[in-house]
Amino acid sequence: MPVIDLANPTRFLGIVSRVLPWLAAATVLVFAFGLARVMNAPDDYQQGATVKIMFLHVPAAWLSMMCWGVMSVSALGTLVWRHPLADVAGKAAAPIGAAFTFICLITGSLWGRPTWGTYWVWDARLTSMLVLFLLYLGVLALYWTAEDPGRGSRAAAILALVGAVNIPIIKFSVEYWNTLHQPASLFRKGGSAIDSSILIPLLIMAGAFTLLFFTLHLAAMRNEILRRRVRSMRLMQAQELAEARS
Amino acid sequence: MNLGQHADFVIASYAVTVFVVGALVAWVTLDYSAQRRILGDLEDRGVTRRSRRAGKYQR
Repeated sequence: MPVIDLANPTRFLGIVSRVLPWLAAATVLVFAFGLARVMNAPDDYQQGATVKIMFLHVPAAWLSMMCWGVMSVSALGTLVWRHPLADVAGKAAAPIGAAFTFICLITGSLWGRPTWGTYWVWDARLTSMLVLFLLYLGVLALYWTAEDPGRGSRAAAILALVGAVNIPIIKFSVEYWNTLHQPASLFRKGGSAIDSSILIPLLIMAGAFTLLFFTLHLAAMRNEILRRRVRSMRLMQAQELAEARS
Repeated sequence: MNLGQHADFVIASYAVTVFVVGALVAWVTLDYSAQRRILGDLEDRGVTRRSRRAGKYQR
């Protein structure tokens, strides 16, 4: 089947109904496997058991940025090709991305207190992550409060593209500025600085979170397509009633 | 599994994550049921989508 066929909402719904149960089952299985590995992972020699927060914090941080990437590509689809499914993808991703960013901020704060001695500092990494969360809230506000959904979608798409500037700022903030947050320890020159006994559970949890994102995103896209059908049917119903009265 | 003197922070992190992920799962599940129910009600009242109506006329 050509990829372009996926862009048909009805066909997309058919594919989602077939794929979603398998994706959800895979998510649960990988999470179960990952959490079992996390429980057996050794404590860090400096941080002790608080290193277990990393298995949530790091995947949530990755997904918060990946989700903005999905929204940016969708924004291009909305603004350049004006494809309705691109707009559906962007709108469905926003609350999920906001939730992962929230998890990242809260778990980071709870990790920071025992390791740094503070819940929060206004350093470049933490602040740019907070900005990302505020950008997500801005996109959600545009989608949810616009009277004309089309205008709301275009405004949200523009904000998604402008906000994409923040992603490399988050990524490189720990290299360009002096931050309390540690520098990259996984994707860096010279290879990972994390021991395999902690790295492998971390990668499994990252895989589980990624599967969770795709499961939730597909489900939310399906819901958004149905919501748009409801809206168009209600508009048609109102139009027919108005014509019958006139 | 011994979480040491900072167990509260570890437990709170996992509790927040479970709560937020649970809320997301509940949101997509309940929203799906709600949209299906509204679509069913509209169809029961004879309201059809433009594309379906066009298909019907073409036949």
